[in-house]
Amino acid sequence: MTDDTSNVIQSLSVAEVADVELYHPKSWITKYVFSQDAKIIAIQYSITALSIGLVALVMSWLMRLQLGFPGLLSFIDADSYYQFMTMHGMIMVIYLLTALFLGGFGNYLIPLMLGARDMVFPYVNMLSYWVYLLAVLVLVASFFVPGGPTGAGWTLYPPQAILATTPGKQWGIIVMLVSLMLFIVGFTMGGLNYVVTVLQGRTRGMTLLRMPLTVWGIFTATVLALLAFPALFVGSVMMLLDRVIGTSFFMPAIVSMGEQLPYGGGSPILFQHLFWFFGHPEVYIVALPAFGIISDLISTHARKNIFGYRMMVWALVAIGALSFLVWAHHMYVSGMHPAFGYFFATTTLIIAIPTAIKVYNWVLTLWRGDIHLTVPMLYALAFIVTFVNGGLTGLFLGNVVVDVPLSDTMFVVAHFHMVMGIAPIFAIFGGIYHWYPKVTGRLLSDTLGKLHFWVTFLGAYAIFFPLHYVGLMGVPRRYYEMGEMAFVPPSTATLNAFITVVALIVGAAQLVFVFNLVRSLRRGRPAGGNPWGATTLEWQTPQTPPGHGNWGKTLPVAYRWAYDYSVPGAAQDFLPQNQPPVPRTA
Amino acid sequence: MRTAVALALIVLGSVVFHLLSPWWWTPIASNWAYIDDTILITFWITGVVFAAVVLFMAYCVFRFRHREGSRAAYQPESTRLEWWLSIGTGIGVAAMLAPGLVVWHQFVTVPDDAVTVEVVGQQWQWSYRLPGADGRLGASHVAYVSPDNPLGIDPKDPHGQDDVIVQGEPLHLELGKPVKILLRSLDVVHDFYVPEFRAKMDMIPGTVTYYWFTPTRVGTFEVLCAELCGTGHSHMRGSVVVELESEHRTWLLQQKSFAQLRAPVRADAGN
Ligand code: HEM
Ligand SMILES: [Cu+2]
Ligand SMILES: [Cu+2]
Repeated sequence: MTDDTSNVIQSLSVAEVADVELYHPKSWITKYVFSQDAKIIAIQYSITALSIGLVALVMSWLMRLQLGFPGLLSFIDADSYYQFMTMHGMIMVIYLLTALFLGGFGNYLIPLMLGARDMVFPYVNMLSYWVYLLAVLVLVASFFVPGGPTGAGWTLYPPQAILATTPGKQWGIIVMLVSLMLFIVGFTMGGLNYVVTVLQGRTRGMTLLRMPLTVWGIFTATVLALLAFPALFVGSVMMLLDRVIGTSFFMPAIVSMGEQLPYGGGSPILFQHLFWFFGHPEVYIVALPAFGIISDLISTHARKNIFGYRMMVWALVAIGALSFLVWAHHMYVSGMHPAFGYFFATTTLIIAIPTAIKVYNWVLTLWRGDIHLTVPMLYALAFIVTFVNGGLTGLFLGNVVVDVPLSDTMFVVAHFHMVMGIAPIFAIFGGIYHWYPKVTGRLLSDTLGKLHFWVTFLGAYAIFFPLHYVGLMGVPRRYYEMGEMAFVPPSTATLNAFITVVALIVGAAQLVFVFNLVRSLRRGRPAGGNPWGATTLEWQTPQTPPGHGNWGKTLPVAYRWAYDYSVPGAAQDFLPQNQPPVPRTA
Repeated sequence: MRTAVALALIVLGSVVFHLLSPWWWTPIASNWAYIDDTILITFWITGVVFAAVVLFMAYCVFRFRHREGSRAAYQPESTRLEWWLSIGTGIGVAAMLAPGLVVWHQFVTVPDDAVTVEVVGQQWQWSYRLPGADGRLGASHVAYVSPDNPLGIDPKDPHGQDDVIVQGEPLHLELGKPVKILLRSLDVVHDFYVPEFRAKMDMIPGTVTYYWFTPTRVGTFEVLCAELCGTGHSHMRGSVVVELESEHRTWLLQQKSFAQLRAPVRADAGN
């Protein structure tokens, strides 16, 4: 794999962007606010996403307080519980995870890792952020409109989403749909950029099969998102029309609270298909970038090439493609035709195979490695534990008949938190500890990082592992209060209180993380250009943090794949991608 | 070292919790013991995989942690190993999927001798309709819903007149008799869920969905709504009584038919 590539280099025709004076920012505003530099846009995305994520975190405390100590906080009634739940779920999945992985990590890493000067359409890239920010502000506005935010659940199933018996019927649901549509518009601008940059903006020698897996993950996820979000967009438009001008796309004839409503002929289940045609790929939109990041973290911090690189790439692509064939596994008990069950159970369980290959290759990369237990590495290990745990419970829920008793119970809540809540968040934490030194030039505090890690990892596991068993007993999800359930032993109340206490502690640990981020800006140890001894191009920039245009006068050339760690015979235990091969003698 | 131990303890803790905690499924009261069996198979296979992966990681972290002067091996890939692992995974997946699909086939194949019972959901209560002497349920539509026709039965359909209507009371089912539950909603999506029966299905306004089971244990069981249906979702409870045939017949005789329920209204109108 350390092959000489002089031939490849010559045959590649890459549009090399000279370091032109033209588009350098002229003022502070164009440099830091309306910036067209992907790196600044990445930071803007990340700060916005993390800030709104903190709101979702607070919502989770409020929900947990109600579940652990029912009635303790008198201002949480059923309506507000469902409003917190909806906002928590929606923010976490879309406005935090999707935005942070693609808009944050994508913008920062794609150009740098590929040896490009910037995204190919910097102006559209800038717009993408501002539209995203607008989407977030509209979302936040829903807390202040009459009636408050919608409480329809993050799945927004009609008819209840637009009926008066669901909180937020007046304005909340409208504001939510508008915000989602804005998000999709903003994302599409960014997403086209990421895809075109990966396809067209690579530097010389950076063949597709030399790209770091982080880029592969973000690239595949972006393609999925570009194909999946339109389904949500269409669904949102139709629901908005149902709500505002009284069409009946999703609304059959209904008697609500004794009153005949002026709807008729629509199909509620059509919305579910549209939603999950988006919703399932969405799971992979947040998982694939995490897969990529974790691969690079493990490889770098174990000083060993990722095991089975080509298989890892194909697995990413295969998972991405298959993810469009499994959406109805969220609808096994929706009343759709039962014959679909056979098909979707089979496709769903087939996805387990490429996914399992990824897991094997991660742990096989550890084998005979030289493992440095840095904070990014710890987070990578924690990612594997939680992802494997959540992935395996997916085999329960994907296996159609097993899903029948478990669906819509707390088992599902436990499952998806492990696999698409906690695991991707761990990849984000690992990624932030890993790349913060490149972004700021300083290392995050290791002591605070380890404190943050251990509390978050053990705490999150303690929150969500027992919850599976609450669901197995039969406790449904989205229950404002359990009340008396004959089949639930009284000890469950104690378990719920325990989970709540742990959730509050884990929440507090996130403040340590925020503190670390802010403190290390000034007080962190200077990192130098390549503190981890990593091979990929972003660590080889002439300046840290990299300047506008990334590379100074000349673009780097990629001579090798991204994983030349501990190559036998090499002096150092890593060979940067832009290090030319030693000329062969004789 | 600490990290390796922590990883191993997570596996150990999970297994101990699984075996010793008091939280487990409630005893089954239907014929779907097969579903429980498939869950057990899945627990075994996934449990073994989880333990194997995490313990392997723990071992690697312990054995290959960085020491002064140590250096990693260089090994880009091993096609053979990757193939073996893929095949092994495929077999494990098939071992879970095959029984799952067989049981799903049973789940969606309603036996011919099943009796029909209709469950109607509306915010936030359950109502039930059982066929009368003619053994058939009358047609229905939400357009017919009115105070004296709460379930929207077509007043012109002769099959509907003798339908038994149960409102605000438990549903009674006969022990050992397969029952096909027809599910209908008047307003939003609900889900008729009795944990002991292991079965559930959404009820979608505008269509009729169904599932079937055979009650296998006498007793009173709690009905929960398992699909978010607005503010009152968690309060949408009810109960089902499973009893012997003779008791069930007595109960049925005490219930009012659609025609009987409407009779006083008509009498009032005549005065
Ligand atoms: C320690 C952190 C977290 C805690 C304590 C927590 C807690 C909760 C709780 C209590 C619920 C409501 C369960 C119910 O009543 O059905 C919930 C729902 C949800 N959470 Fe989290 N959560 C956390 C992190 C996350 C993360 C990181 C994600 C990212 C994917 C996430 C996504 C969701 C989603 C999608 C829902 C479903 C909302 C709905 O049912 O409409 N959560 N969470
Ligand atoms: Cu899915
Ligand atoms: Cu409900």
